[in-house]
Amino acid sequence: MDQDHRTAPMTERKVVAAAMTLGLGALAGLAAYSYLGPSQSQSERHAKTPRLTDDAPGRTAKQARFGDYAVTGRSVTINAPAERIYSFWRDFANLPRFMENIQDAREIEPGLSTWTIRAPLGQTVQVKSRIVNDRPGEQIAWRSTEDSQIQTEGKVLFREALGGRGTVVEAIIAYKPPMGLAGQAIAKLFQAEPSIQARRDLKRLKMLIETGEVATNANRRDKADKFQQNQQAVQADLAQTATV
Amino acid sequence: MRALTYHGKHDVRVDTHPDPQIVNPRDAIIEVTSTAICGSDLHLFDGVIPGVLKGDILGHEFMGRVVEVGPSSTLKVGQRVTIPFTISCGACFHCRNAEFSHCDNSNPAEKQDASETLYGHSMSGLFGYSHMTGGYPGGQAEYVRVPFSDVGPLVIPDHLEDEKVLFLTDILSTGWMAADQATVEQGDTIVVWGAGPVGLFAAQSARVMGAEQVIVIDHYPHRLELARKLGCKVIDFGQTNVLEALMEMTGGQGPDAVIDAVGMESHGFANFNPIDTLKQKVGIGADRIGALRQAILAVRKGGRVSVPGVYGGMSDKFPTGALMEKGLTLRTGQTHVQRYQKELLQRIENGEIDTTFLISDIMSLEDATTGYKNFAYNQNEWTKVVLKPQWEKGRRQDGRARTETSLATGAEVRTEQTKGALAHA
Repeated sequence: MDQDHRTAPMTERKVVAAAMTLGLGALAGLAAYSYLGPSQSQSERHAKTPRLTDDAPGRTAKQARFGDYAVTGRSVTINAPAERIYSFWRDFANLPRFMENIQDAREIEPGLSTWTIRAPLGQTVQVKSRIVNDRPGEQIAWRSTEDSQIQTEGKVLFREALGGRGTVVEAIIAYKPPMGLAGQAIAKLFQAEPSIQARRDLKRLKMLIETGEVATNANRRDKADKFQQNQQAVQADLAQTATV
Repeated sequence: MRALTYHGKHDVRVDTHPDPQIVNPRDAIIEVTSTAICGSDLHLFDGVIPGVLKGDILGHEFMGRVVEVGPSSTLKVGQRVTIPFTISCGACFHCRNAEFSHCDNSNPAEKQDASETLYGHSMSGLFGYSHMTGGYPGGQAEYVRVPFSDVGPLVIPDHLEDEKVLFLTDILSTGWMAADQATVEQGDTIVVWGAGPVGLFAAQSARVMGAEQVIVIDHYPHRLELARKLGCKVIDFGQTNVLEALMEMTGGQGPDAVIDAVGMESHGFANFNPIDTLKQKVGIGADRIGALRQAILAVRKGGRVSVPGVYGGMSDKFPTGALMEKGLTLRTGQTHVQRYQKELLQRIENGEIDTTFLISDIMSLEDATTGYKNFAYNQNEWTKVVLKPQWEKGRRQDGRARTETSLATGAEVRTEQTKGALAHA
């Protein structure tokens, strides 16, 4: 015990000394930087230099502003012809097979569809959307109708990948984050980082088209999730689009 | 079913789990006849790989019989198969390029976030190896669900016993790829850090590929003895200055290619190791790169660096100067088992490759906890552990690494220094 009492203050003192040395070092560094660092005129000149508009998609900008809308987008390359992926996507009943938070999607009349989106606390949100651009094998664009609970628009583009690597599928979704339940639903739909959900959903689409199934680590059917259900129907629909 | 289960750092137990089922169309269920503890399982055991959860079934080296197949599997019930530890779809860009361990489609989408954040790209799925690589239940079990069973499993002819082909699933293929990535050319000296199973197979592979001089570095005398039996020269880093020795053993030029078969938990070597160990212990994802650092310093100018050893996080004091200034080629990666396994099976059948010399212990799966502890803490004698799910608890058999070496005869591994002063200089 005695020994502990004797050694403890020594150790503490050492730690304090070390911390002070480090702190003094940092202070000295700061002082040196303020003296030797970039001068104000340098920073100003840097800020005034006109920037070249680069070739990156606008949504990847460090500061993206698109009015009231939040925009997210993701690309994935899938080893299949554009027509095939287009047909699979265009049949909206297929969306829940790779989109986590879309519970149900159906076209109630040509060009007009309803989507049931999973919301927190077991609730759901209904979105009615109208197809505003439909170019087979190239693009599907949609916009929510005014009586929808959520204001959203989006498009999915299909283009041939470089070097015969298949098709680049690019999904771009813009939405106006609303208040209340719908706002929560949107938060859930896109999570904190909006592109995470799009990224996961597109990866599942890639799995379905390329491998015919969605990967899972579940080794029991009762532990699997909705993507592993109704496999026979999924296989039949995939076979059908394969012949498109 | 019974399966080896992760409960926490240095705590693995054999528990009862529900039997697996067919979940996806391309699945098959395998009844495991043999499975092994891999050196990389010790990284999980030591808690240095992120994303291993309590209740996970470990194990990624396993083989067995097909007992059930999904509608899209090409396997037949009753077939005997080895299962690559890498889960690969066979259809994505990487699989089509025979980079099977980079498969885009085998790691569940929601499991890809972690590695995408940490590494910039997502990892593929692996059996029994952390949720970063899918969290798939592993092979140290009675039964395993095998996804994409039409791509990975290799059908094994009945006349080849389990022990001869089991290591196709990982360490043999990994050692082979390590030598392949090191590229063996005429007159080359290849140096392997680590005489564990992967290092020994890498050394043997380099010999089979025609390397004229292969040098293996470790500090366990018995493991070095196994390397020497393969026709390799050995260096004990505990008694020799490695960098100096390698220069002298290569006529002052340095080895043409170096293989780091140690990975993130390297022992000894450098002054930095205690600091790196501390950082690793407090869980900030630091790798201990002592072996890799030494390998990069040792390799000749314009040489090749091959890294089968597992790393998971970040490191500092990485010798970027040596890497750039010496014009080195660095090749890494999890093993593309499906690329190599057919050729290797052929070589096993032809007797060109010895796959059983490093097995020290064959025991019941029920005693897997004992196997882990000894493989981790008695590394000199416990060189490779094979587990048998069908054996009753307590049944154990010595492997060739015990019966055909100094461990059986009790002889000294090293010869005494009895000659004159210059005899060993």
